[in-house]
Amino acid sequence: MSDTFQLDGKSVPFEAGQTVMQAALAAGHYIPHLCYHPEFKPHGSCKLCTVKVNGRTMASCTMPAEANLSVESDIDELNDLRRTLVQMLFAEGNHFCPSCEKSGNCVLQALGYDLEVHTAGFRHMFPERPLDFTHPDILLDFNRCILCELCVHASAEVDGKHIFAFSGRGIDKHLIINSTSGQLKDTDMALTDKAMQVCPVGVILKKRVGFSVPIGQRRYDKSPISAQALVDAPRTGAVHE
Amino acid sequence: MSKKLKIATTSLAGCFGCHMSFLDIDERLLTLLELVEFNRSPITDIKHCSPCDIGLIEGGVCNAENVHVLHEFRKNCKILIAIGSCAITGGLPAQRNHLDLSACLTEVYLTEPGLAHGHIPNDPELPLPLDKVHPLHEVVKIDYFIPGCPPSGDAIWKFLTDLIAGKTPELGHGLINYD
Amino acid sequence: MTILAQSNDENLSQILARYDHNPANLLQILREVQESQSFIEADSINYLSQQLGISRADIEGVAGFYSFLHLQPQGEYRVLFSDNITDRMLGSQLLMEQMCQQLWLQPGKVSEDGLVSINTTSCTGMCDQGPAMLANGRAITRLSHQRVQEIGQLIRNRTPVADWPADFFQVEDQIHRSGPLLDNQLTAGDVLRQGLLLGSKAIVDVIKESGLRGRGGAGFSTGLKWEACRNAQGDARTVVCNADEGEPGTFKDRVLLTRQADLVFEGMTLCALAVGAQQGFLYLRGEYRYLLEPLQDVLQRRRERNLLGNNILNQPGFNFDIAIHLGAGAYICGEESALIESLEGKRGVPRNRPPFPVTHGYLQQPTALDNVETFCSAALAIQLGDENFRAIGTEKSSGSKLISVSGDCPRPGIYEYPFGVSVKQVLQDCGAVNTRAVQISGPSGMCIAENEFHRKLGFEDLPTAGAFMIFDDSRDMFGVALNFVHFFAHESCGFCTPCRVGTSMLKQTMDKIAAGHGTRHDLNEIEHLDQVLQISSHCGLGRTACNPVLHTLKHFRPAYENRLKSLDFEPAFDLDGALARARQMTGRDDAGAHLKSEGI
Repeated sequence: MSDTFQLDGKSVPFEAGQTVMQAALAAGHYIPHLCYHPEFKPHGSCKLCTVKVNGRTMASCTMPAEANLSVESDIDELNDLRRTLVQMLFAEGNHFCPSCEKSGNCVLQALGYDLEVHTAGFRHMFPERPLDFTHPDILLDFNRCILCELCVHASAEVDGKHIFAFSGRGIDKHLIINSTSGQLKDTDMALTDKAMQVCPVGVILKKRVGFSVPIGQRRYDKSPISAQALVDAPRTGAVHE
Repeated sequence: MSKKLKIATTSLAGCFGCHMSFLDIDERLLTLLELVEFNRSPITDIKHCSPCDIGLIEGGVCNAENVHVLHEFRKNCKILIAIGSCAITGGLPAQRNHLDLSACLTEVYLTEPGLAHGHIPNDPELPLPLDKVHPLHEVVKIDYFIPGCPPSGDAIWKFLTDLIAGKTPELGHGLINYD
Repeated sequence: MTILAQSNDENLSQILARYDHNPANLLQILREVQESQSFIEADSINYLSQQLGISRADIEGVAGFYSFLHLQPQGEYRVLFSDNITDRMLGSQLLMEQMCQQLWLQPGKVSEDGLVSINTTSCTGMCDQGPAMLANGRAITRLSHQRVQEIGQLIRNRTPVADWPADFFQVEDQIHRSGPLLDNQLTAGDVLRQGLLLGSKAIVDVIKESGLRGRGGAGFSTGLKWEACRNAQGDARTVVCNADEGEPGTFKDRVLLTRQADLVFEGMTLCALAVGAQQGFLYLRGEYRYLLEPLQDVLQRRRERNLLGNNILNQPGFNFDIAIHLGAGAYICGEESALIESLEGKRGVPRNRPPFPVTHGYLQQPTALDNVETFCSAALAIQLGDENFRAIGTEKSSGSKLISVSGDCPRPGIYEYPFGVSVKQVLQDCGAVNTRAVQISGPSGMCIAENEFHRKLGFEDLPTAGAFMIFDDSRDMFGVALNFVHFFAHESCGFCTPCRVGTSMLKQTMDKIAAGHGTRHDLNEIEHLDQVLQISSHCGLGRTACNPVLHTLKHFRPAYENRLKSLDFEPAFDLDGALARARQMTGRDDAGAHLKSEGI
């Protein structure tokens, strides 16, 4: 017999050690999220999954589930917040969807769709971010990086390679590559790496593949991310520490 | 039935793709024409706006003329709508924003191989380029945005009919697209 | 391998040896490399990576986080002007301009001959004796036209900073009102002896009963914290003293560390006794680098007197020692979990909480982390006993409090009061007149106006970590908020979306208003950003980053509105200015080559 908490008035069971997000997804309830990945330990940087727990706002992916919590998620105030956070990310980077290989399969974009975000609204920052096309098989387009950390964790914790890390601070925070040249060609990154698979946006790309699936048949053309996220979430499963 | 709403449309630093998509509403254009009349627009060839209810603008702001036209629209339109990626984000033309304008002009008109006696065009008839390309909302207040490159005819139809019906426009899955 | 490379490796290997080749000491190692080489070269990173078994990207990531560590060549002389609003009020901007002109360079750039670089840095904690600067990391106070000129000359002559006139580096305590903390005549070891008589459990009880609350601002019960740490499961406990006094306008810990270092260490050792810790750290902000050697001398003296080390005061098993770690220019490291990350040699990114440091702190072990003044107050509580301690101050804010007074008043400096003193009283004591506003507890605290000067400092009313910045009626409160907004954008760690992007957007919008392009639309945008920051930021930095604007908007809205073009919308950039490049390239200047702002 497991304990439960309330999510938007519905009772959600949880197991010890689960966070609010993990328990909600396992029970078939969607909370919008971006940097959370079911196979990795949640770190809570994007804040898309912010919920109100007993009146206080916090990231649901890192908030430990506790019995009898009263969690609000699908309310106007929080959906407005999520909309603004998506807008901030669009304004922060250089996201030009029409020319992006990831378009249609991009989590940021899909969240924008689902939250009915029509514009970044803010002034675009148009940051200066170089490409890394030095690797024979892999292209890195930092323009689209949303600093979700997933590649950092995948490379370190699954691939055992530590190819990615963050440098800089504040708005200058950016992804760096583990080589003296700073270039991907001088690392042992390979197409088979887990780090190839986790980028929610279009930063880490396989070369010579682009627009392989016609518009209309891409992942988020078919159904909204809210309908698909539950499929992604393993009911149980290993989390990489 | 009250008076018809007046709509004006234009393309700034855009490709007219959004206008083409607008025409993709096909026979619904006739239904629309029962509700609205077109003012300044490539459809009517009227050259300047008079007071309108709705202005639809595709393309971002890349030169002085774009600024003049945008100001004209903002002054005359009660509701101004940015339509398409370029109007909303700067789009393809804004890909030059990480380049220095002087370097761009120099390369294109002066140093590119094959240019004999190249010079940078300075005819007063030509609008001067701004140093950066801007989305519309960075230059004037924009009331609504219809995303897409281009937005589909169906998206434009849904958006306009919602708006004309006095509802907050919502696109929903399948109609909202950024590409 | 060249001789140069060899000697570099030797230098690095000596530094590594001093820090036991321990990856948790990475920040200290990098700081020493920086001190010895003026910047951290790629080769050095590779060497450290090999020796420490950390990826080079992780090392670069740590170095890239801290303002005082550089991955690119810097000037032989690195000059940083303290950029707090109080420095500005004392004319720091003009002095920096003067120096840039004298040495022929632009702020933020290295001079062409590689001799010098000049930039600004967040408040260096010398607000009562500013304007201040750091020259190769050494604090210099009381800058004047003449002093800056002399410094420029010394740099030109390549005089080593160590040989500059000693009075440049003179840091005064400027104590104008003292109390049981500053007047404390502690004989080193006395409190520990009392503690040993009481026993560890009773120490915690006395601290709890004394009502002592954390002096860093948050005001959590110190006794409860110690108790939780004492009861937490773990193999090794740690005591950490937060001396990362980064809140602009605060400098009281600097004075305690100068005057009452023994009291600080006595408090830490007492805590170690209470919670059962064997390891202690003092995390000292990099700006107070000059205090490192004097503090180490105090530690050494205490070791010699058997007040640190093994079997302290001959009590078998009472083993505790303290190491000093220096910060390297990151305000966020004042946040307790970010500080612990930094202590572990990482980027100073606040952790997710729970778990809290009392159970999972340094190296995931139970950790009691308190502010400098809190440890002093804990020692005082044992000296006086809980009843006498509680007799000082107010019901919910027992004890006395150091206030760092700066800004518009004739007697800036340190004032120690029992909690509960009114703002008015402090203003009167420091001689402030025509005061328009007081910023309580720094940019993350509260800005209050004249109608609130009757309010009292204390957890019941105006909680404060100690900063008390005074602005008289000649000051533009918009300018004050603008300075603070820039501060937060600079200091955001970049971990979470709302703070990373929001503080930067807030800065852009405030700059837009400052540049004369502001509209009502921008005020709405500011209020929207503030709300997003407040409800969704990862830590206190983001959650309080909007305070300066919210509070000044509340009290001094006209300071904003007077700057607005009374228009609905206005671009953030100058339309005509955006054509300047094209005009220059085409040689045109006809009417069509210009745009005017139409403000619609």
